Amino acid sequence: MCLAIPGKVVQKYQEHDVLMGKVDFSGVTKRVCLEHVPEVEVGKYVLVHVGFALQCIDEDEAQKVFDFLKSMDQLDEINEPQASP
Amino acid sequence: MKYLDEYRDAAAASKLADAIARTVTKPWTIMEVCGGQTHTIVKYGIDEILPEQIELVHGPGCPVCVTSLEMIDRAHAIAARPDVIFCSFGDMLRVPGSRGDLLSLKSQGADVRTVYSPLDAVNLAAANPNRKVVFFAIGFETTAPPNAMAVWMAHKRKLTNFSVLVSHVTVPPAMTAILEAEGNRVQGFLGPGHVCTVMGYDEYEPIARKYHVPIVITGFEPVDMLEGVLMTVRQLESGRAEVENQYSRAVLRAGNEHSLNLIGEVFEICDRKWRGVGLIPKSGYKLREKYRQHDAERLFEVENIETEESSVCISGQILRGLKKPHQCPEFGKRCTPQTPLGATMVSAEGSCAAYYNYGRHLAGISLPVLAGGAS
Repeated sequence: MCLAIPGKVVQKYQEHDVLMGKVDFSGVTKRVCLEHVPEVEVGKYVLVHVGFALQCIDEDEAQKVFDFLKSMDQLDEINEPQASP
Repeated sequence: MKYLDEYRDAAAASKLADAIARTVTKPWTIMEVCGGQTHTIVKYGIDEILPEQIELVHGPGCPVCVTSLEMIDRAHAIAARPDVIFCSFGDMLRVPGSRGDLLSLKSQGADVRTVYSPLDAVNLAAANPNRKVVFFAIGFETTAPPNAMAVWMAHKRKLTNFSVLVSHVTVPPAMTAILEAEGNRVQGFLGPGHVCTVMGYDEYEPIARKYHVPIVITGFEPVDMLEGVLMTVRQLESGRAEVENQYSRAVLRAGNEHSLNLIGEVFEICDRKWRGVGLIPKSGYKLREKYRQHDAERLFEVENIETEESSVCISGQILRGLKKPHQCPEFGKRCTPQTPLGATMVSAEGSCAAYYNYGRHLAGISLPVLAGGAS
């Protein structure tokens, strides 16, 4: 029920004085209310729940878990016992 | 990056599971609050790749499940009226009330419609000025902004034929009720990521402090959930009890101020009865006086609602993390998603329905773990 899906904003427009937009979900485009993410730019991603954008997706923060995993890999390499000559 | 498949990557999930296994030294019981998270855990077999010291118990975060039987019966009585177009999210239509479900009412000729968004119901009211359009406004804080927006828009557009039957619930009072309950086993929480996109996470700080439980606001994909478990286990192992934010790509500490302003404009806090749990003080939203002309509960008086719950159902204990679905003698036998006996089997996000749908009722089944990544 609290399902929210990321989608890419492809258009912004006003309808009955409310900010609306077209949002692309991997090829499926839906009408979405953008009133609570007014700063979002076309081409950026928003998190959408029941036809309503709850929040913009922060690109830098989205990368963090993968940076963390990469740092774990580097740590593993350092910790691995050196092969004998 | 499309912010979906990347977080279903099997290699990343496996690395996180290894990190959890290296961190854990003692048994810990962690509750995921949200039904959507329960669904991810069971679907991808996340509980099965965790070390055996970590037990995940499933929380009360399925609004369809916890909507009280009285409210469902009220919805049924309103939807049966010939002058009403009754609109709801699809999940609610199959939930059995004392007098059957909304879908069977529709098959008997009532005008019951599934809508994708509450805003669609507002447009339906504009297109049908001679009918009364009622929207069943259920949900946690995540759904409060769209539902509030529907009421606000209808009010602004003077659509007096639009109303909402409100049964909103909120997460923090339910977490407190779980922690206060006798026999509580929960030592840490994966907090509800999408609720916090709206609300932020300041209100979880006093809970973490008072009950000394780590609360990690967590997303909904397998990689999110495993990172959430890792962050929780690190806190538990080091004796910390803080609020941390795993889902930082979507959650800000202060939430969404536009949404918070609109929720405050349209709703006020009230006591709410939860199916399977009972009354939790200050755990819901109702419409403010200013919007009373859109309040279906006032517009359509329904009396003499007498409800009866199954006497064998243990959903109350499941919703509080005290028991697992397969510990119920009727699970998968008399109680299935087609013939649910109680709250946690009625919606696809309920713990019992999730266990049933992914074959956990079948003895000896081996589930593919993150096979192929994306679904």
